[in-house]
Amino acid sequence: MDKPEKKNNRRDFLFTASYTIGAVGLGATIWPLIDQMNPDSSVKALSTTEVDISQIQPGKSITVLWRGKPVFIKRRTSEEISEAQSVSLDELPHPEKDQDRAKKPEWLVMLGICTHLGCVPLSDKGEYNGWFCPCHGSHYDTSGRIRKGPAPTNMEVPKYTFIDDNTIKIG
Amino acid sequence: MSENYVPSSKFGKWFNDRLPLLTLSKHLTDYPTPKNLNYWWTFGGILTFCLISQIITGIVLGMHYVAHADMAFNSIEHIMRDVNYGWLIRYIHSNGASMFFLAVYIHIFRSLFYGSYKSPREIIWILGMLIYLLMMATAFMGYVLPWGQMSFWGATVITNLFSAIPLVGESITNWLWGGFAVDNPTLTRFFSLHYLFPFLILGLVVLHIWALHVPGNNNPVGIDIKKPSKDTVPFHPYITIKDLFALLVFMIIFSGFIFFAPNILGHSDNYIEANPLVTPKHIVPEWYLLPFYAILRSVPDKLGGVILLFASIFILIALPWLDSSKVRSAIFRPVYKIFFWILVIDVLALGYVGAMPAEGLYLLVARVATIYYFAHFLIILPILSRIEKTEPVPLSITEPVLGGMPKTEMIRSDKKNV
Repeated sequence: MDKPEKKNNRRDFLFTASYTIGAVGLGATIWPLIDQMNPDSSVKALSTTEVDISQIQPGKSITVLWRGKPVFIKRRTSEEISEAQSVSLDELPHPEKDQDRAKKPEWLVMLGICTHLGCVPLSDKGEYNGWFCPCHGSHYDTSGRIRKGPAPTNMEVPKYTFIDDNTIKIG
Repeated sequence: MSENYVPSSKFGKWFNDRLPLLTLSKHLTDYPTPKNLNYWWTFGGILTFCLISQIITGIVLGMHYVAHADMAFNSIEHIMRDVNYGWLIRYIHSNGASMFFLAVYIHIFRSLFYGSYKSPREIIWILGMLIYLLMMATAFMGYVLPWGQMSFWGATVITNLFSAIPLVGESITNWLWGGFAVDNPTLTRFFSLHYLFPFLILGLVVLHIWALHVPGNNNPVGIDIKKPSKDTVPFHPYITIKDLFALLVFMIIFSGFIFFAPNILGHSDNYIEANPLVTPKHIVPEWYLLPFYAILRSVPDKLGGVILLFASIFILIALPWLDSSKVRSAIFRPVYKIFFWILVIDVLALGYVGAMPAEGLYLLVARVATIYYFAHFLIILPILSRIEKTEPVPLSITEPVLGGMPKTEMIRSDKKNV
Protein backbone atom coordinates (compact mmCIF):
# COMPACT_ATOMS: atom_id res chain seq x y z
CA MET A 1 0.00 0.00 0.00
CA ASP A 2 1.37 3.38 -1.02
CA LYS A 3 1.28 6.12 1.54
CA PRO A 4 0.21 9.46 0.14
CA GLU A 5 3.28 11.67 -0.09
CA LYS A 6 1.57 14.70 1.41
CA LYS A 7 1.30 13.00 4.79
CA ASN A 8 5.09 12.94 5.16
CA ASN A 9 5.70 16.57 4.39
CA ARG A 10 5.94 17.88 7.92
CA ARG A 11 8.24 15.09 8.96
CA ASP A 12 10.37 15.53 5.80
CA PHE A 13 10.71 19.18 6.65
CA LEU A 14 11.85 18.32 10.17
CA PHE A 15 14.41 15.82 8.85
CA THR A 16 15.80 18.22 6.28
CA ALA A 17 15.93 21.07 8.77
CA SER A 18 17.67 18.87 11.35
CA TYR A 19 20.25 17.59 8.88
CA THR A 20 20.95 21.12 7.67
CA ILE A 21 21.35 22.59 11.16
CA GLY A 22 23.42 19.56 12.14
CA ALA A 23 25.72 19.98 9.16
CA VAL A 24 26.15 23.71 9.80
CA GLY A 25 26.85 23.03 13.48
CA LEU A 26 29.38 20.33 12.61
CA GLY A 27 31.10 22.63 10.13
CA ALA A 28 31.20 25.45 12.67
CA THR A 29 32.75 23.08 15.20
CA ILE A 30 35.36 21.66 12.83
CA TRP A 31 36.47 25.02 11.39
CA PRO A 32 38.32 26.23 14.55
CA LEU A 33 40.12 22.89 14.69
CA ILE A 34 41.31 23.38 11.10
CA ASP A 35 41.99 27.10 11.28
CA GLN A 36 44.16 26.79 14.40
CA MET A 37 46.85 25.35 12.11
CA ASN A 38 47.03 28.53 9.99
CA PRO A 39 49.76 31.10 10.75
CA ASP A 40 48.94 32.62 14.15
CA SER A 41 48.95 36.27 15.22
CA SER A 42 52.49 36.16 16.61
CA VAL A 43 53.80 34.80 13.31
CA LYS A 44 51.92 37.38 11.27
CA ALA A 45 53.10 40.18 13.59
CA LEU A 46 56.71 39.67 12.49
CA SER A 47 55.85 40.84 9.02
CA THR A 48 58.46 43.57 8.42
CA THR A 49 62.23 43.62 8.66
CA GLU A 50 64.53 46.62 8.23
CA VAL A 51 67.97 45.99 6.78
CA ASP A 52 71.06 48.17 6.70
CA ILE A 53 72.65 47.77 3.26
CA SER A 54 75.46 50.32 3.52
CA GLN A 55 78.18 47.69 4.00
CA ILE A 56 77.44 45.61 0.91
CA GLN A 57 80.09 45.88 -1.80
CA PRO A 58 79.18 45.65 -5.52
CA GLY A 59 78.88 42.05 -6.61
CA LYS A 60 78.23 40.87 -3.06
CA SER A 61 74.99 39.84 -1.46
CA ILE A 62 73.62 39.26 2.01
CA THR A 63 70.88 36.97 3.18
CA VAL A 64 68.44 38.11 5.84
CA LEU A 65 65.57 36.28 7.47
CA TRP A 66 62.07 37.64 6.90
CA ARG A 67 59.06 35.69 8.15
CA GLY A 68 61.34 32.69 8.61
CA LYS A 69 62.34 32.85 4.96
CA PRO A 70 65.72 33.87 3.56
CA VAL A 71 65.76 37.10 1.52
CA PHE A 72 68.65 37.78 -0.83
CA ILE A 73 69.78 41.40 -1.10
CA LYS A 74 72.31 41.66 -3.89
CA ARG A 75 74.24 44.71 -4.99
CA ARG A 76 74.70 43.91 -8.63
CA THR A 77 77.65 44.93 -10.78
CA SER A 78 77.02 46.84 -13.98
CA GLU A 79 77.81 43.73 -16.06
CA GLU A 80 75.22 41.75 -14.14
CA ILE A 81 72.64 44.49 -14.62
CA SER A 82 73.25 44.75 -18.34
CA GLU A 83 73.20 40.96 -18.64
CA ALA A 84 69.84 40.86 -16.86
CA GLN A 85 68.35 43.71 -18.87
CA SER A 86 69.54 42.54 -22.27
CA VAL A 87 67.79 39.15 -22.18
CA SER A 88 64.91 38.88 -24.62
CA LEU A 89 61.64 37.99 -22.91
CA ASP A 90 61.10 35.18 -25.42
CA GLU A 91 63.96 33.23 -23.87
CA LEU A 92 62.34 33.20 -20.42
CA PRO A 93 60.07 30.42 -19.16
CA HIS A 94 58.43 32.99 -16.89
CA PRO A 95 58.77 36.32 -18.74
CA GLU A 96 59.42 39.30 -16.49
CA LYS A 97 61.47 42.40 -17.25
CA ASP A 98 64.42 43.05 -15.00
CA GLN A 99 63.13 46.62 -14.57
CA ASP A 100 59.96 45.19 -13.02
CA ARG A 101 61.89 43.05 -10.58
CA ALA A 102 64.40 45.57 -9.24
CA LYS A 103 63.25 48.99 -8.06
CA LYS A 104 66.80 50.29 -8.31
CA PRO A 105 68.81 48.33 -10.90
CA GLU A 106 71.77 48.12 -8.52
CA TRP A 107 69.77 46.35 -5.83
CA LEU A 108 68.05 43.02 -6.37
CA VAL A 109 65.82 42.01 -3.46
CA MET A 110 64.07 38.65 -3.64
CA LEU A 111 63.05 35.63 -1.59
CA GLY A 112 65.97 33.22 -1.63
CA ILE A 113 63.69 30.28 -2.12
CA CYS A 114 63.69 28.04 -5.13
CA THR A 115 60.16 28.01 -6.51
CA HIS A 116 60.43 24.27 -7.12
CA LEU A 117 60.45 22.75 -3.65
CA GLY A 118 61.72 25.50 -1.40
CA CYS A 119 65.49 24.99 -1.12
CA VAL A 120 67.86 27.96 -0.84
CA PRO A 121 69.75 28.40 -4.14
CA LEU A 122 73.51 29.01 -4.12
CA SER A 123 74.65 32.41 -5.39
CA ASP A 124 77.11 32.97 -8.26
CA LYS A 125 76.52 29.46 -9.53
CA GLY A 126 74.76 27.87 -12.44
CA GLU A 127 74.84 28.32 -16.17
CA TYR A 128 73.43 31.86 -16.10
CA ASN A 129 75.81 33.40 -13.51
CA GLY A 130 72.97 33.91 -11.08
CA TRP A 131 71.80 31.23 -8.69
CA PHE A 132 71.73 27.46 -8.80
CA CYS A 133 69.51 25.25 -6.66
CA PRO A 134 71.45 22.17 -5.52
CA CYS A 135 68.34 20.18 -4.66
CA HIS A 136 66.89 19.52 -8.07
CA GLY A 137 69.05 21.55 -10.44
CA SER A 138 67.22 24.79 -11.24
CA HIS A 139 69.30 27.58 -12.82
CA TYR A 140 68.44 31.27 -12.24
CA ASP A 141 69.93 34.31 -13.99
CA THR A 142 71.30 37.54 -12.51
CA SER A 143 67.75 38.80 -12.10
CA GLY A 144 66.67 35.66 -10.23
CA ARG A 145 64.60 34.47 -13.17
CA ILE A 146 64.24 30.76 -13.85
CA ARG A 147 66.15 29.74 -16.97
CA LYS A 148 66.56 25.98 -16.75
CA GLY A 149 65.36 23.17 -14.50
CA PRO A 150 62.15 22.05 -12.80
CA ALA A 151 61.23 25.30 -11.00
CA PRO A 152 58.05 26.75 -12.51
CA THR A 153 58.51 30.48 -11.80
CA ASN A 154 61.08 33.18 -11.09
CA MET A 155 62.20 33.72 -7.53
CA GLU A 156 59.60 35.84 -5.80
CA VAL A 157 60.18 39.56 -5.16
CA PRO A 158 58.71 40.53 -1.78
CA LYS A 159 57.19 43.92 -1.00
CA TYR A 160 59.99 46.25 -0.01
CA THR A 161 60.71 49.98 0.13
CA PHE A 162 63.87 52.05 0.36
CA ILE A 163 63.53 54.05 3.58
CA ASP A 164 66.73 55.92 2.65
CA ASP A 165 69.80 55.09 0.55
CA ASN A 166 71.14 52.72 3.18
CA THR A 167 68.04 51.04 4.55
CA ILE A 168 65.51 48.66 3.04
CA LYS A 169 62.27 47.75 4.73
CA ILE A 170 61.00 44.33 3.68
CA GLY A 171 57.33 43.54 4.09
CA MET B 1 35.75 -24.72 16.53
CA SER B 2 36.32 -21.63 18.61
CA GLU B 3 32.74 -20.39 18.15
CA ASN B 4 31.45 -23.20 20.39
CA TYR B 5 34.30 -22.89 22.84
CA VAL B 6 33.38 -23.22 26.52
CA PRO B 7 36.09 -22.36 29.06
CA SER B 8 36.80 -25.17 31.51
CA SER B 9 36.95 -23.10 34.70
CA LYS B 10 33.84 -21.68 36.28
CA PHE B 11 35.28 -18.16 36.45
CA GLY B 12 36.42 -18.41 32.86
CA LYS B 13 32.93 -19.33 31.76
CA TRP B 14 31.42 -16.50 33.85
CA PHE B 15 33.85 -14.00 32.33
CA ASN B 16 33.60 -15.31 28.79
CA ASP B 17 29.81 -15.09 28.83
CA ARG B 18 30.16 -11.38 29.56
CA LEU B 19 33.20 -10.55 27.40
CA PRO B 20 34.26 -13.35 25.03
CA LEU B 21 37.98 -12.65 25.21
CA LEU B 22 38.73 -16.32 25.84
CA THR B 23 36.81 -17.24 22.68
CA LEU B 24 38.97 -14.75 20.80
CA SER B 25 42.17 -16.19 22.21
CA LYS B 26 40.96 -19.71 21.39
CA HIS B 27 40.26 -18.54 17.85
CA LEU B 28 43.77 -17.12 17.57
CA THR B 29 45.51 -20.25 18.86
CA ASP B 30 43.41 -22.69 16.82
CA TYR B 31 43.33 -20.52 13.68
CA PRO B 32 43.85 -23.01 10.84
CA THR B 33 46.92 -22.01 8.82
CA PRO B 34 48.13 -23.54 5.56
CA LYS B 35 50.87 -25.98 6.39
CA ASN B 36 53.09 -24.99 3.47
CA LEU B 37 53.72 -21.39 4.52
CA ASN B 38 57.37 -20.51 3.94
CA TYR B 39 59.55 -17.97 5.72
CA TRP B 40 58.26 -15.10 3.53
CA TRP B 41 55.07 -15.47 5.57
CA THR B 42 56.79 -14.64 8.85
CA PHE B 43 57.01 -10.92 8.15
CA GLY B 44 53.50 -10.19 9.43
CA GLY B 45 54.63 -11.18 12.89
CA ILE B 46 57.92 -9.33 12.44
CA LEU B 47 56.03 -6.18 11.44
CA THR B 48 53.82 -6.43 14.52
CA PHE B 49 56.98 -6.60 16.58
CA CYS B 50 58.38 -3.56 14.77
CA LEU B 51 55.26 -1.51 15.45
CA ILE B 52 55.16 -2.40 19.14
CA SER B 53 58.88 -1.76 19.50
CA GLN B 54 58.55 1.66 17.80
CA ILE B 55 55.62 2.60 20.04
CA ILE B 56 57.41 1.60 23.25
CA THR B 57 60.73 3.28 22.40
CA GLY B 58 58.83 6.30 21.03
CA ILE B 59 56.86 6.80 24.23
CA VAL B 60 60.09 6.61 26.21
CA LEU B 61 61.86 9.11 23.92
CA GLY B 62 58.87 11.44 24.26
CA MET B 63 59.63 11.65 27.98
CA HIS B 64 62.99 13.31 27.25
CA TYR B 65 62.51 15.06 23.92
CA VAL B 66 61.56 18.76 23.76
CA ALA B 67 59.46 19.78 20.77
CA HIS B 68 60.70 23.31 20.27
CA ALA B 69 62.78 24.71 17.43
CA ASP B 70 65.35 26.13 19.88
CA MET B 71 65.64 23.04 22.04
CA ALA B 72 64.80 19.99 19.94
CA PHE B 73 68.31 19.49 18.54
CA ASN B 74 69.93 19.79 21.96
CA SER B 75 67.36 17.55 23.58
CA ILE B 76 68.37 14.78 21.15
CA GLU B 77 71.99 15.21 22.20
CA HIS B 78 70.77 15.18 25.80
CA ILE B 79 69.08 11.85 25.13
CA MET B 80 72.24 10.51 23.49
CA ARG B 81 74.66 11.65 26.22
CA ASP B 82 72.83 12.13 29.52
CA VAL B 83 69.73 9.96 29.66
CA ASN B 84 70.37 6.46 31.01
CA TYR B 85 70.44 4.13 28.00
CA GLY B 86 69.12 7.06 25.95
CA TRP B 87 71.55 6.22 23.13
CA LEU B 88 70.24 2.66 23.01
CA ILE B 89 66.60 3.64 22.98
CA ARG B 90 67.11 6.28 20.33
CA TYR B 91 69.15 3.95 18.12
CA ILE B 92 66.48 1.25 18.45
CA HIS B 93 63.87 3.83 17.43
CA SER B 94 65.77 5.35 14.50
CA ASN B 95 67.04 2.04 13.12
CA GLY B 96 63.70 0.48 13.99
CA ALA B 97 62.07 2.72 11.40
CA SER B 98 64.43 1.36 8.74
CA MET B 99 63.89 -2.24 9.84
CA PHE B 100 60.12 -1.61 9.81
CA PHE B 101 60.31 -0.50 6.18
CA LEU B 102 62.67 -3.32 5.23
CA ALA B 103 60.13 -5.79 6.62
CA VAL B 104 57.15 -4.04 5.03
CA TYR B 105 58.79 -4.07 1.60
CA ILE B 106 59.46 -7.79 1.87
CA HIS B 107 55.87 -8.27 3.06
CA ILE B 108 54.50 -6.29 0.08
CA PHE B 109 56.65 -8.06 -2.49
CA ARG B 110 55.65 -11.42 -0.92
CA SER B 111 52.09 -10.38 -1.58
CA LEU B 112 52.93 -9.42 -5.16
CA PHE B 113 54.68 -12.73 -5.86
CA TYR B 114 52.06 -15.03 -4.39
CA GLY B 115 49.05 -12.96 -5.48
CA SER B 116 47.85 -12.40 -1.93
CA TYR B 117 46.08 -9.20 -3.00
CA LYS B 118 43.64 -11.09 -5.20
CA SER B 119 40.04 -12.00 -4.44
CA PRO B 120 38.90 -12.56 -1.72
CA ARG B 121 41.71 -10.60 -0.03
CA GLU B 122 41.36 -7.15 -1.66
CA ILE B 123 40.35 -5.44 1.59
CA ILE B 124 43.37 -6.87 3.39
CA TRP B 125 45.56 -5.45 0.62
CA ILE B 126 43.91 -2.01 0.70
CA LEU B 127 44.18 -1.84 4.50
CA GLY B 128 47.84 -2.80 4.11
CA MET B 129 48.39 0.02 1.62
CA LEU B 130 46.75 2.51 4.01
CA ILE B 131 49.06 1.26 6.75
CA TYR B 132 52.01 1.76 4.38
CA LEU B 133 50.89 5.33 3.60
CA LEU B 134 50.54 6.14 7.31
CA MET B 135 53.96 4.57 7.91
CA MET B 136 55.52 6.91 5.36
CA ALA B 137 53.81 9.95 6.90
CA THR B 138 54.85 8.88 10.40
CA ALA B 139 58.44 8.20 9.39
CA PHE B 140 58.69 11.51 7.55
CA MET B 141 57.41 13.48 10.55
CA GLY B 142 59.63 11.53 12.91
CA TYR B 143 62.67 12.39 10.80
CA VAL B 144 61.84 16.09 11.22
CA LEU B 145 61.83 15.97 15.03
CA PRO B 146 65.64 15.98 15.64
CA TRP B 147 65.63 19.38 13.87
CA GLY B 148 68.88 18.77 12.03
CA GLN B 149 69.66 20.07 8.56
CA MET B 150 68.14 17.05 6.80
CA SER B 151 65.10 17.26 9.07
CA PHE B 152 64.51 20.88 8.20
CA TRP B 153 65.16 20.68 4.48
CA GLY B 154 63.42 17.35 4.07
CA ALA B 155 60.37 18.91 5.69
CA THR B 156 60.69 21.94 3.44
CA VAL B 157 60.91 19.91 0.24
CA ILE B 158 58.12 17.48 1.13
CA THR B 159 55.66 20.12 2.36
CA ASN B 160 56.43 22.17 -0.73
CA LEU B 161 55.08 19.29 -2.81
CA PHE B 162 51.65 20.65 -1.91
CA SER B 163 52.53 24.09 -3.28
CA ALA B 164 52.30 22.50 -6.73
CA ILE B 165 48.51 22.36 -6.39
CA PRO B 166 47.07 25.13 -8.58
CA LEU B 167 45.40 28.14 -6.87
CA VAL B 168 45.27 26.86 -3.29
CA GLY B 169 48.80 25.43 -3.11
CA GLU B 170 50.31 28.32 -1.17
CA SER B 171 47.43 28.49 1.33
CA ILE B 172 47.79 24.77 1.94
CA THR B 173 51.53 24.96 2.58
CA ASN B 174 51.09 27.93 4.94
CA TRP B 175 48.39 25.96 6.72
CA LEU B 176 50.66 22.93 7.01
CA TRP B 177 53.53 25.07 8.31
CA GLY B 178 51.51 27.35 10.57
CA GLY B 179 53.66 30.14 9.18
CA PHE B 180 55.44 31.24 6.03
CA ALA B 181 58.20 28.66 6.26
CA VAL B 182 58.98 25.49 8.20
CA ASP B 183 59.43 26.71 11.76
CA ASN B 184 58.50 26.03 15.37
CA PRO B 185 54.73 25.64 14.74
CA THR B 186 55.56 23.01 12.12
CA LEU B 187 57.78 21.11 14.54
CA THR B 188 55.23 21.03 17.36
CA ARG B 189 52.39 19.80 15.14
CA PHE B 190 54.62 17.16 13.58
CA PHE B 191 55.49 15.92 17.07
CA SER B 192 51.82 15.74 18.01
CA LEU B 193 50.91 13.82 14.85
CA HIS B 194 54.01 11.62 15.00
CA TYR B 195 52.77 10.50 18.41
CA LEU B 196 49.22 9.91 17.14
CA PHE B 197 49.79 8.09 13.85
CA PRO B 198 51.31 4.86 15.24
CA PHE B 199 48.10 4.29 17.16
CA LEU B 200 46.08 4.80 13.98
CA ILE B 201 48.41 2.25 12.36
CA LEU B 202 47.76 -0.10 15.28
CA GLY B 203 44.01 0.24 14.69
CA LEU B 204 44.43 -0.51 10.99
CA VAL B 205 46.65 -3.48 11.84
CA VAL B 206 43.82 -4.93 13.93
CA LEU B 207 41.46 -4.51 10.94
CA HIS B 208 44.15 -5.94 8.61
CA ILE B 209 44.40 -9.09 10.75
CA TRP B 210 40.65 -9.30 11.21
CA ALA B 211 40.16 -9.12 7.45
CA LEU B 212 42.87 -11.80 7.10
CA HIS B 213 41.09 -14.14 9.47
CA VAL B 214 37.92 -14.12 7.36
CA PRO B 215 39.28 -15.97 4.29
CA GLY B 216 42.45 -17.20 6.06
CA ASN B 217 46.02 -17.02 4.82
CA ASN B 218 46.97 -17.30 1.20
CA ASN B 219 49.78 -19.84 0.67
CA PRO B 220 52.71 -20.45 -1.67
CA VAL B 221 50.66 -22.48 -4.17
CA GLY B 222 47.92 -19.88 -3.95
CA ILE B 223 44.95 -22.25 -3.97
CA ASP B 224 41.83 -22.16 -1.82
CA ILE B 225 42.00 -24.83 0.85
CA LYS B 226 39.50 -26.38 3.19
CA LYS B 227 39.85 -25.20 6.78
CA PRO B 228 40.52 -26.98 8.97
CA SER B 229 41.74 -29.97 7.01
CA LYS B 230 44.89 -31.98 6.48
CA ASP B 231 46.16 -28.96 4.56
CA THR B 232 46.21 -26.81 7.68
CA VAL B 233 47.91 -26.70 11.06
CA PRO B 234 46.76 -24.75 14.12
CA PHE B 235 48.42 -21.34 14.46
CA HIS B 236 49.74 -22.30 17.86
CA PRO B 237 52.27 -23.81 18.32
CA TYR B 238 53.24 -24.42 14.68
CA ILE B 239 53.20 -20.86 13.33
CA THR B 240 54.01 -19.09 16.57
CA ILE B 241 57.29 -20.98 16.91
CA LYS B 242 58.18 -20.46 13.26
CA ASP B 243 57.39 -16.73 13.48
CA LEU B 244 59.41 -16.51 16.67
CA PHE B 245 62.43 -18.14 15.05
CA ALA B 246 62.24 -15.75 12.08
CA LEU B 247 61.85 -12.84 14.49
CA LEU B 248 65.04 -13.88 16.32
CA VAL B 249 67.00 -13.93 13.07
CA PHE B 250 65.52 -10.55 12.20
CA MET B 251 66.52 -9.19 15.60
CA ILE B 252 70.10 -10.34 15.09
CA ILE B 253 70.28 -8.20 11.95
CA PHE B 254 68.47 -5.36 13.73
CA SER B 255 70.98 -5.54 16.61
CA GLY B 256 73.81 -5.50 14.10
CA PHE B 257 72.66 -2.07 12.98
CA ILE B 258 71.97 -0.79 16.51
CA PHE B 259 75.30 -1.81 18.01
CA PHE B 260 77.74 -1.78 15.10
CA ALA B 261 76.46 0.72 12.53
CA PRO B 262 73.76 2.84 14.17
CA ASN B 263 74.20 5.78 11.81
CA ILE B 264 74.90 4.00 8.55
CA LEU B 265 71.32 4.42 7.32
CA GLY B 266 71.08 8.04 8.41
CA HIS B 267 72.64 11.15 6.92
CA SER B 268 75.52 12.89 8.69
CA ASP B 269 74.07 16.33 7.85
CA ASN B 270 71.33 15.65 10.37
CA TYR B 271 73.89 16.10 13.13
CA ILE B 272 74.09 19.77 12.10
CA GLU B 273 71.36 21.90 13.64
CA ALA B 274 68.66 23.17 11.28
CA ASN B 275 69.59 26.41 9.50
CA PRO B 276 66.90 28.07 7.39
CA LEU B 277 69.55 30.06 5.50
CA VAL B 278 71.65 27.20 4.16
CA THR B 279 70.43 24.23 2.18
CA PRO B 280 72.69 21.16 2.31
CA LYS B 281 74.47 20.46 -0.98
CA HIS B 282 72.72 17.19 -1.58
CA ILE B 283 69.28 16.57 -0.09
CA VAL B 284 68.14 12.97 0.08
CA PRO B 285 65.26 11.41 1.98
CA GLU B 286 65.67 8.29 4.07
CA TRP B 287 66.48 5.22 1.97
CA TYR B 288 62.97 3.79 2.14
CA LEU B 289 61.51 6.78 0.31
CA LEU B 290 64.18 6.95 -2.42
CA PRO B 291 62.22 5.18 -5.20
CA PHE B 292 59.41 7.72 -4.89
CA TYR B 293 61.91 10.57 -4.73
CA ALA B 294 63.44 9.32 -7.99
CA ILE B 295 60.00 9.33 -9.62
CA LEU B 296 59.41 12.90 -8.41
CA ARG B 297 62.71 14.10 -9.82
CA SER B 298 62.40 12.28 -13.13
CA VAL B 299 59.68 14.68 -14.29
CA PRO B 300 60.90 18.10 -15.45
CA ASP B 301 57.58 19.72 -14.48
CA LYS B 302 56.77 20.53 -10.84
CA LEU B 303 53.07 19.64 -10.78
CA GLY B 304 53.65 16.64 -13.06
CA GLY B 305 56.33 15.27 -10.75
CA VAL B 306 54.10 15.60 -7.72
CA ILE B 307 51.15 13.94 -9.47
CA LEU B 308 53.33 11.04 -10.60
CA LEU B 309 54.74 10.64 -7.08
CA PHE B 310 51.28 10.25 -5.56
CA ALA B 311 50.06 8.16 -8.49
CA SER B 312 52.92 5.69 -7.99
CA ILE B 313 51.57 4.93 -4.51
CA PHE B 314 47.84 5.05 -5.21
CA ILE B 315 48.18 2.82 -8.26
CA LEU B 316 49.00 -0.01 -5.86
CA ILE B 317 45.56 0.27 -4.27
CA ALA B 318 43.98 -0.56 -7.64
CA LEU B 319 46.23 -3.58 -8.13
CA PRO B 320 43.61 -6.27 -7.36
CA TRP B 321 41.60 -4.98 -10.32
CA LEU B 322 44.53 -4.39 -12.66
CA ASP B 323 45.66 -8.00 -12.40
CA SER B 324 42.69 -10.18 -13.28
CA SER B 325 44.47 -13.53 -13.50
CA LYS B 326 42.61 -16.13 -11.46
CA VAL B 327 45.82 -17.96 -10.61
CA ARG B 328 47.33 -16.33 -7.56
CA SER B 329 50.80 -17.73 -7.11
CA ALA B 330 53.60 -16.74 -9.50
CA ILE B 331 54.80 -20.35 -9.23
CA PHE B 332 52.16 -21.22 -11.82
CA ARG B 333 52.51 -18.01 -13.84
CA PRO B 334 55.78 -18.43 -15.78
CA VAL B 335 55.63 -15.08 -17.57
CA TYR B 336 54.36 -13.06 -14.60
CA LYS B 337 57.23 -14.48 -12.57
CA ILE B 338 59.72 -12.86 -14.97
CA PHE B 339 57.94 -9.50 -14.88
CA PHE B 340 57.77 -9.70 -11.08
CA TRP B 341 61.55 -9.90 -10.87
CA ILE B 342 61.94 -7.11 -13.43
CA LEU B 343 59.71 -4.96 -11.20
CA VAL B 344 61.91 -5.78 -8.19
CA ILE B 345 64.99 -4.70 -10.14
CA ASP B 346 63.14 -1.63 -11.43
CA VAL B 347 62.23 -0.47 -7.91
CA LEU B 348 65.77 -1.13 -6.66
CA ALA B 349 67.11 0.89 -9.61
CA LEU B 350 64.74 3.75 -8.76
CA GLY B 351 65.98 3.62 -5.18
CA TYR B 352 69.58 3.79 -6.36
CA VAL B 353 69.16 6.74 -8.72
CA GLY B 354 67.01 8.46 -6.08
CA ALA B 355 70.15 8.69 -3.95
CA MET B 356 72.24 10.05 -6.83
CA PRO B 357 72.22 13.60 -8.28
CA ALA B 358 69.42 14.13 -10.80
CA GLU B 359 71.59 14.57 -13.88
CA GLY B 360 73.04 12.79 -16.89
CA LEU B 361 72.81 9.03 -16.91
CA TYR B 362 71.11 8.88 -13.51
CA LEU B 363 68.27 11.04 -14.78
CA LEU B 364 67.90 8.87 -17.86
CA VAL B 365 67.76 5.69 -15.77
CA ALA B 366 65.24 7.34 -13.44
CA ARG B 367 63.00 8.23 -16.38
CA VAL B 368 63.16 4.79 -17.97
CA ALA B 369 62.55 3.11 -14.61
CA THR B 370 59.62 5.43 -13.85
CA ILE B 371 57.98 4.69 -17.18
CA TYR B 372 58.52 0.98 -16.65
CA TYR B 373 57.03 1.15 -13.13
CA PHE B 374 53.79 2.58 -14.47
CA ALA B 375 53.83 0.32 -17.52
CA HIS B 376 54.09 -2.72 -15.26
CA PHE B 377 50.85 -1.89 -13.48
CA LEU B 378 48.89 -0.17 -16.24
CA ILE B 379 49.89 -2.12 -19.36
CA ILE B 380 51.76 -5.33 -18.62
CA LEU B 381 49.59 -6.70 -15.79
CA PRO B 382 46.16 -6.08 -17.37
CA ILE B 383 47.25 -7.63 -20.68
CA LEU B 384 49.34 -10.42 -19.23
CA SER B 385 46.61 -11.54 -16.84
CA ARG B 386 44.32 -12.09 -19.83
CA ILE B 387 46.67 -13.84 -22.23
CA GLU B 388 49.14 -15.69 -20.03
CA LYS B 389 49.05 -19.49 -20.26
CA THR B 390 49.32 -20.60 -16.66
CA GLU B 391 50.53 -23.95 -15.45
CA PRO B 392 48.19 -26.48 -13.82
CA VAL B 393 47.38 -25.74 -10.20
CA PRO B 394 47.28 -28.63 -7.67
CA LEU B 395 43.97 -29.54 -6.07
CA SER B 396 45.30 -29.37 -2.55
CA ILE B 397 48.53 -28.72 -0.70
CA THR B 398 48.82 -32.34 0.38
CA GLU B 399 47.91 -34.01 -2.90
CA PRO B 400 51.09 -33.45 -4.94
CA VAL B 401 53.22 -34.48 -1.96
CA LEU B 402 51.41 -37.65 -0.91
CA GLY B 403 50.13 -38.73 -4.29
CA GLY B 404 53.54 -38.77 -5.99
CA MET B 405 53.16 -37.43 -9.50
CA PRO B 406 49.86 -35.58 -9.81
CA LYS B 407 47.28 -37.50 -11.77
CA THR B 408 46.12 -35.61 -14.81
CA GLU B 409 42.44 -36.11 -14.04
CA MET B 410 43.04 -34.58 -10.60
CA ILE B 411 44.56 -31.45 -12.02
CA ARG B 412 42.38 -28.57 -12.95
CA SER B 413 43.52 -25.84 -15.24
CA ASP B 414 42.70 -22.26 -14.42
CA LYS B 415 41.29 -21.82 -17.89
CA LYS B 416 38.43 -24.19 -17.09
CA ASN B 417 37.04 -23.65 -13.67
CA VAL B 418 39.03 -22.10 -10.90
